[in-house]
Amino acid sequence: MRPPPPLPTSSGPDVSDEDGAREVLDGFLAPLAGDDPEQLYDRAPCGYLTTMPDGLIAKANQTFLTLTGYVESDLVGRRRFVELLTPGGRIYHETHYAPMLEMHGTAREIALDVVCADGRRLPVLLNSVLEHDISGMPTVVRTAVFDATQRTKQRAEESEVRARKLAHTLQQSFIPPTHPDIPGLELAAVYRPAGDGTEIGGDFYDVFEIGPEDWCVVIGDVCGKGVEAAVVTSLARYTVRAAAVRQTEPSAALATLNEVLLHHETDRFCTLTVLRLRHEAGDWTATVSCGGHPLPFLIRPPAPAVTIGSPGSLVGPLDAPRFSDTAVELGTGDVIVMYTDGVTEARNHMGEFYGDERLREFLVAGRLSAPTLVDGLLDEVMQFQSQQPRDDIALVAIAVPDSEH
Amino acid sequence: MGVVGRFNVMVSGRPDGQPMVFAHGFGCDQHMWRYVAPRFEDEFRVILFDHVGAGGSDLAAYDPGRYNSLGGYAEDVLTICCELDLHDVIFVGHSVSAMIGVLAAGAEPERFAKLILIGPSPRYIDDGSYVGGFGESDIEELLDSLESNYLGWSSAMAPVIMGNAERPQLGEELTESFCRTDPQIAHQFARVTFLSDNRADLAKVATPTLVLQARQDVIAPVAVGEYVAAALADSRLVLLDATGHCPNLSAPDATAAAIANFVRS
Repeated sequence: MRPPPPLPTSSGPDVSDEDGAREVLDGFLAPLAGDDPEQLYDRAPCGYLTTMPDGLIAKANQTFLTLTGYVESDLVGRRRFVELLTPGGRIYHETHYAPMLEMHGTAREIALDVVCADGRRLPVLLNSVLEHDISGMPTVVRTAVFDATQRTKQRAEESEVRARKLAHTLQQSFIPPTHPDIPGLELAAVYRPAGDGTEIGGDFYDVFEIGPEDWCVVIGDVCGKGVEAAVVTSLARYTVRAAAVRQTEPSAALATLNEVLLHHETDRFCTLTVLRLRHEAGDWTATVSCGGHPLPFLIRPPAPAVTIGSPGSLVGPLDAPRFSDTAVELGTGDVIVMYTDGVTEARNHMGEFYGDERLREFLVAGRLSAPTLVDGLLDEVMQFQSQQPRDDIALVAIAVPDSEH
Repeated sequence: MGVVGRFNVMVSGRPDGQPMVFAHGFGCDQHMWRYVAPRFEDEFRVILFDHVGAGGSDLAAYDPGRYNSLGGYAEDVLTICCELDLHDVIFVGHSVSAMIGVLAAGAEPERFAKLILIGPSPRYIDDGSYVGGFGESDIEELLDSLESNYLGWSSAMAPVIMGNAERPQLGEELTESFCRTDPQIAHQFARVTFLSDNRADLAKVATPTLVLQARQDVIAPVAVGEYVAAALADSRLVLLDATGHCPNLSAPDATAAAIANFVRS
């Protein structure tokens, strides 16, 4: 068995231990030796300003001067802090910041832009305290100035992410939730929003069943962009859905939508094509009505593609619009193509439009299935404008397949 | 809701005294007057209120259509005067409320005995040879500042809703709401304030008017104060030895003295 370790012995006052502790403490504090008050002030990780109650700058630390590019003699005794702000920031300073400071004695986390010596704008966050003398009279204002460049950048990024998410969610409501399928017909559709995905455009399409062998296909474009256009897009989609159930003629659905938009507070209008497809006695009939929208094409090989229907008024701005219906019997191999002007008004780097002619040429390029046609056309139009669409593109193709399909 | 609740009206001073109505400017509320208004309670009936959208006003009464111009705010001033049956009114308006007072006095001159305009500007945006001090893009910058600084507004609003004049211990909490406004209301009020042009309205006022102008004011410079005084039929201009747009806070003694000199018989 090992003997227990000897207990520490003490002989008089424990000088050696006290010395050791002091040594450790000294070693710990050694790096702080340079922390004289002046350095603490000048090299602080934020700008410091001392201003008189009237705003005149009395003192500025080196960090503030480095951040803003001013030299001390530009500021001290010469400039008031408010004069370093942008004009809009000055109003904010005078109407919010200064009164808050007067009233509360402090102002916290105020975001403003300081105009630097070279004219550059530095986003900053300010914390200020107003000091008083014993009689309660204001003496000086002390302000800590934090460089908020990163924070501002981060805010911008976050807001872009939010905008993208909002745009995506809204755009999902512009097209049917699941890929539409009309029994006995071959249907394909694509939708490509404009730009980088943060903008909300006004193109939409819809496919829905009204009754057995009775379907409606709608494509449209609400003028403008943004959330307000999106509201009108939803309104247009659901109004046409409701109207098509009650009224057989596509022109009647357009007239109803026109009436609804006239009485809606929006000034926005839209263009729209409504196509009704009915299967009777073994044949499909397409009845089309257009409201200011590009007319659909009918491809009946080997004939060149022809437009069907007549143009009609824009939907929404007029008290007495004109819409008409055109019926076409469809045969095996026929394809109807509906599109928005994002196709024909696509521009290449020379500023040329894709245009009707290129579209017609594409449509006669050979017999294509509906999916091949919409995918191929979207690819071509995207390539034409170097993959940077400035407008939304919506495309719907309906083909009558060979009977053996 | 009556005018008292809608505008958070606070009445003090001598019930039989001549009414003095104090109207605060853009960005703040009636607490703006706390160093000045009490000094007139000995002789006058002192009426403080918050514009709809500010301080303890009824936010539900905010109607973007009504407040799409300063005219809506001027109508409010007339409504308060009418409901409280105020006559021979001394109107003290700071900043944008100076022009609101000009509009009210132009519409119902018989209601007003005197106007005191502190830091008035009939137009903030430069226009030809007229120097208001700002460009239109500056106002966009202001709106950006408002947007970056609205955080914390909703939590700060809670105390004001429970605020009560009979419970002075809530006084400090009340001022917590000071300078905080619903961001959308602040946005519209800023637009309406800083894009308005009331130069033509000055000539319609014959009420004796005191223009109080701080020597250093980046929002309403001295030249603008001089313009206002010159355009009014019956006015005097007093330059205050004060810095900033709120002499009622930064130089309350001088401000109160100048007002007293004008209103006390």
